[in-house]
Amino acid sequence: MYLHADSNKCSGCRACLVTCSLYNAGKPHWGKPSDRPDGSYGENNPKKAALSIIPLFPAPGVFKVRTCTQCGECAKVCPADCIVQTASGAYFIDQARCLGKDCLKCAEVCPEEVIFTHEDYAAPWKCNLCGQCVQACGMDVLSIY
Amino acid sequence: MYGYGGKILRVNLTTGAITAFPTPENLARDFLGGRGFGIYYLYTEVPKGADPLGPANKLIASSGPLSGTPVPGAGKMDWTCKSPLTGGYASASVGGMLTAELKYAGYDSIILEGQAEKPVYLFMEDDRVELRDASHLWGLGAITTEVRLKQELGEEFQIATIGPGGENLVRYACIHHDFGRQAGRGGVGAVMGSKRLKAIAVRGTGGIQAADPKGFYQAARKMIKACKESEGLKAWQRYGTPMVVSWVQEVGALPTRNFSTGAFEEAPNLYGEAMRQKIVITDKGCFGCPSPCGKYSYTRRHGVYVEGPEYETIGMLGSDVGLGDIEDVAYANYLADELGVDTISVGGVIAFTMDCFERGIIGPQDVDGLDCRFGNREAVFTLIQKIARREGVGNLLAEGSKRAAQAWGKGAEDLAVQVKGMEVSAYECHRAPSMLLAYMTCDVGAHHNRAWAITYDIQTGRDTITPDKAARVIFLQHIRPLFDALGACRLQWVELGLDYNLYAPALQALTGVERSTEDLLRISERIWNLTRLYWIREVEGFGRAWDAPPPKFTKFPAESGPTKGQLTTWEEAQSLLDMYYAQRGWDANGFPTKAKLEELGLTEFAPY
Repeated sequence: MYLHADSNKCSGCRACLVTCSLYNAGKPHWGKPSDRPDGSYGENNPKKAALSIIPLFPAPGVFKVRTCTQCGECAKVCPADCIVQTASGAYFIDQARCLGKDCLKCAEVCPEEVIFTHEDYAAPWKCNLCGQCVQACGMDVLSIY
Repeated sequence: MYGYGGKILRVNLTTGAITAFPTPENLARDFLGGRGFGIYYLYTEVPKGADPLGPANKLIASSGPLSGTPVPGAGKMDWTCKSPLTGGYASASVGGMLTAELKYAGYDSIILEGQAEKPVYLFMEDDRVELRDASHLWGLGAITTEVRLKQELGEEFQIATIGPGGENLVRYACIHHDFGRQAGRGGVGAVMGSKRLKAIAVRGTGGIQAADPKGFYQAARKMIKACKESEGLKAWQRYGTPMVVSWVQEVGALPTRNFSTGAFEEAPNLYGEAMRQKIVITDKGCFGCPSPCGKYSYTRRHGVYVEGPEYETIGMLGSDVGLGDIEDVAYANYLADELGVDTISVGGVIAFTMDCFERGIIGPQDVDGLDCRFGNREAVFTLIQKIARREGVGNLLAEGSKRAAQAWGKGAEDLAVQVKGMEVSAYECHRAPSMLLAYMTCDVGAHHNRAWAITYDIQTGRDTITPDKAARVIFLQHIRPLFDALGACRLQWVELGLDYNLYAPALQALTGVERSTEDLLRISERIWNLTRLYWIREVEGFGRAWDAPPPKFTKFPAESGPTKGQLTTWEEAQSLLDMYYAQRGWDANGFPTKAKLEELGLTEFAPY
């Protein structure tokens, strides 16, 4: 089970990105409010989202959506063994045990380039299959199955 | 300050000085953001009588408090300055991604002042802000410039540019962004060009903090859900604004051959269905939009990509100039975008030229030998290019239809379909009292976006000149521009029926400031009245005469269609104005009364 994207339907609006960040992003740990000790929410910041949209303009004039397929390649190469699969099927980067930005072996091998970093965070993060983006998308681009 | 970028950037193009200051809390309280910030700084910082194209004018680009958040359609940015087209207030809105990016970089507004000696562009990456040489970009098209800067700086930069139209100070030059979005009206691009500022490139990595993140998340989610459940969603997603072409044709409001009639015999070729089938390749949305009206197209006949054409462009560069093929309209749209001129005004100016030509007011010798009859696509394409480059007759037409009419005389003034010097956008108003009043009283000149009242005329009857029509226009002039202060799009409310009462709770959770819908509408009324004071201050002798209807609607009956033979008399138009002024708390000359100014907290601004 993973987050599928039909790029042909995408209008590039980034509602998915900003909703993802408002739900998930936050210092010091990246994750759903329910995963956090204080249940806190994040901030409005698409650069802290766990999927990406690549606009290809002016030609050919389409958007390409990149999502995590939960393939597990990242977990295989993690020297700290800090990327583990949860019950939902999502691989999760344990921010506390991650070696941080000096490593990033997970990002190097990710075939979809959907392991992200930001200067506000010590560790990278990835899609946790929370499904917020699916509900935010007005164009029915995203689905989890 | 929750919900805001937090800083205002001041860039002096003359000295190269770049400074920033915290966004004043009382400014946010009294003027909200977006066009509210724009008129505040225009009014208080640009000296009375400033030359719109001189160093004293300022160009103020502003996001709003909702910009860059998950509230549906929160992707609107306002550009305010003194207008080179009208000599009064100009405020143009653009969608896309820029307004969000500006806030992520930590800014609510950019105040651009002075005039550079050589072409420059403004580079912004969070707190790193620089003026950089743009001599390699000067002369390039607006879209081409965006491509070049993305190649130089990276895809993540959001970029606003001007084309040759802005560089050549065409009085209705626009500012381009995101491969086909424009801040179109009033000549904001000419003001940018007068400052020799070719482009602005922004990248921001910061976030917008909410006072109550969970509450805000829930409020935004509720709005997104309502949009997704709207009955109107699917059709709007498929066709965007061109969806209305068929309806406008049906009710006889499609501007045709310089507003001579509201029904165009070739209109079905311009309908949303025809466009979707022939040229649309991708739906393209502004930031956070569930219902993207942007239709990205490719015309095989002309071999170009273009975003659009949207409804106004179809009206003004289609039926109003007599073009009945969507591929030709798309190409005219592309030319205007790349060359950096407003599709509405350039369409209006060309239609006016064709009208003068067909009526014999001007001859081939006046238009560089062009065959300027309605429907001649080559004439349309050539005139757009001449105007943007100020070549031949283009040099006069770049001044706008009002000035061109004065130069030609012989009755041309009656054919210039404009109010306050701004060309009327794409609603034919021979018999549409609310819509006509909306154009007469719009605070930037004849633009539809402040009050799209045509539907009210159709619903309540086009024959009646009654106070409710003025009331409707005033209500729309407060609710619609409120979105331009919030930094969001109005179309989710207009087209999807999203309850506008949902915005105040979302804004409150975001900013932590308690405000009702009524409070927000009161701010919008304050903004509206301050824009009126700006006109009164800047334009000598300003008053009722500046709200006059275009003679095309009062002297020349509609030639065909549902309103054939009809018009609105001068007396009827004056009667509408009387009702409007009275309901607004303005005197008979259209000046806000002292009591109204006091009520709105504007007494300190009054120039009289």
